[in-house]
Amino acid sequence: MDNKLRNMALDYSNEIVDMWLEEINGQKNNAYMAAISDEMFDSTNREFVNVIFSSIEKQGLTSELDDFSERLINLGWPLSYLTEGMQIFRRVIIDFILKRSEQVDSDYFSEVLRKVDGWVDPIINRLVNEYSGSWESTVSLQRMALQELSAPLIPVMENITIMPLIGTIDTERAKLVMENLLDGVIKHNAEVVLIDITGVPVVDTMVAHHIIQAAEAVRLIGSRCILVGIRPEIAQTIVNLGIDLGKFPTKSSLRKGFKTALELTNRHIEETENKHDDIERMLDSLDRE
Amino acid sequence: MDFQSCVNIKKEWDIVGARQLGRDISRKVGFGTVDQARIATAISELARNIYLYAGTGKVCFEVLEEIDHKGIAIIAMDNGPGIREISQVMEDGFSTSGGLGAGLPGVKRLMDEFDIQSEEGKGTEIRVVKWLR
Repeated sequence: MDNKLRNMALDYSNEIVDMWLEEINGQKNNAYMAAISDEMFDSTNREFVNVIFSSIEKQGLTSELDDFSERLINLGWPLSYLTEGMQIFRRVIIDFILKRSEQVDSDYFSEVLRKVDGWVDPIINRLVNEYSGSWESTVSLQRMALQELSAPLIPVMENITIMPLIGTIDTERAKLVMENLLDGVIKHNAEVVLIDITGVPVVDTMVAHHIIQAAEAVRLIGSRCILVGIRPEIAQTIVNLGIDLGKFPTKSSLRKGFKTALELTNRHIEETENKHDDIERMLDSLDRE
Repeated sequence: MDFQSCVNIKKEWDIVGARQLGRDISRKVGFGTVDQARIATAISELARNIYLYAGTGKVCFEVLEEIDHKGIAIIAMDNGPGIREISQVMEDGFSTSGGLGAGLPGVKRLMDEFDIQSEEGKGTEIRVVKWLR
């Protein structure tokens, strides 16, 4: 019985393929498939059905299936194309087998269903696993990339360190900010840390709370914190919310904050003498010679 | 224009989604950057309250259009534990989670209208409105 059904499917594979192709072409009308050219769609369909048959023939999952799914993932084909394709295949092949059978009782019927499921389901599972695996790895890579970007600390000069924050701050990131800030202050021996929030879109009570806590922690280890990059609209919302940021200095821009940091470390910016004077003097001396 | 759309709050990142949608809508209504920031901050507070205290809920937006003025209404709904003493949470500095306790009173100051309904064990609904001037 086992082999009979399989041989039947394989013997009539051409007819089954034709029926399947006819059905799957109806799927082309879906919005996500519309951008794919007819030739591409056709050749992919043929390859897909060959892969299905070869795995039925070999009675197991093949490396061709893996190659095929990997290529479709790379090309960005939707998973629903594959699952729909498999569902159509199941429908078509059951139809076909039952039509060819002389007597169909319930035992035979359930046997056919079980057999076909045994061919189709492992393929579906493999395809879904391949797809979700590729999404999971993308998500985890992006999470890692995001984490690398989330709380950088830049030692700009001796005793002064800057932490520019860009983007939304959630609880996880707030924790990282705090850890990196404290680690960095000790490592770089910073007296002043500038936290730049120019790139933070919304400062709500949670973000403010985390910043206050971080500043307080920095104060505990003997350094000072300056909050810079407070845009006018953020200043207004902070006032409306009634948040008290009076415990540490705040500045509108990184530039002003940096100047304050220099003052706090007993330094200031001094412009060097005009270089043009030097050049003119040199030219003058050349003329004289 | 009868326009209402909602964002479900289930994860912390949904707060960002709600904020983004609210900001887009308020930009379309014609709010300036300062009011956009106020609205986004208010949404952030309301959505965070849902996430922190109720776990799940939703934030809905409604564009208000009357003869003489336009505005945006934000409705935050949840089926969480509810608030026992509403007058208490509207006080500055009151917090059960160790936060700043500026959330709800802050939202009230950020917006023009503030309406809160809560029943213990059933959930909370907060409706705030900002009018375009």
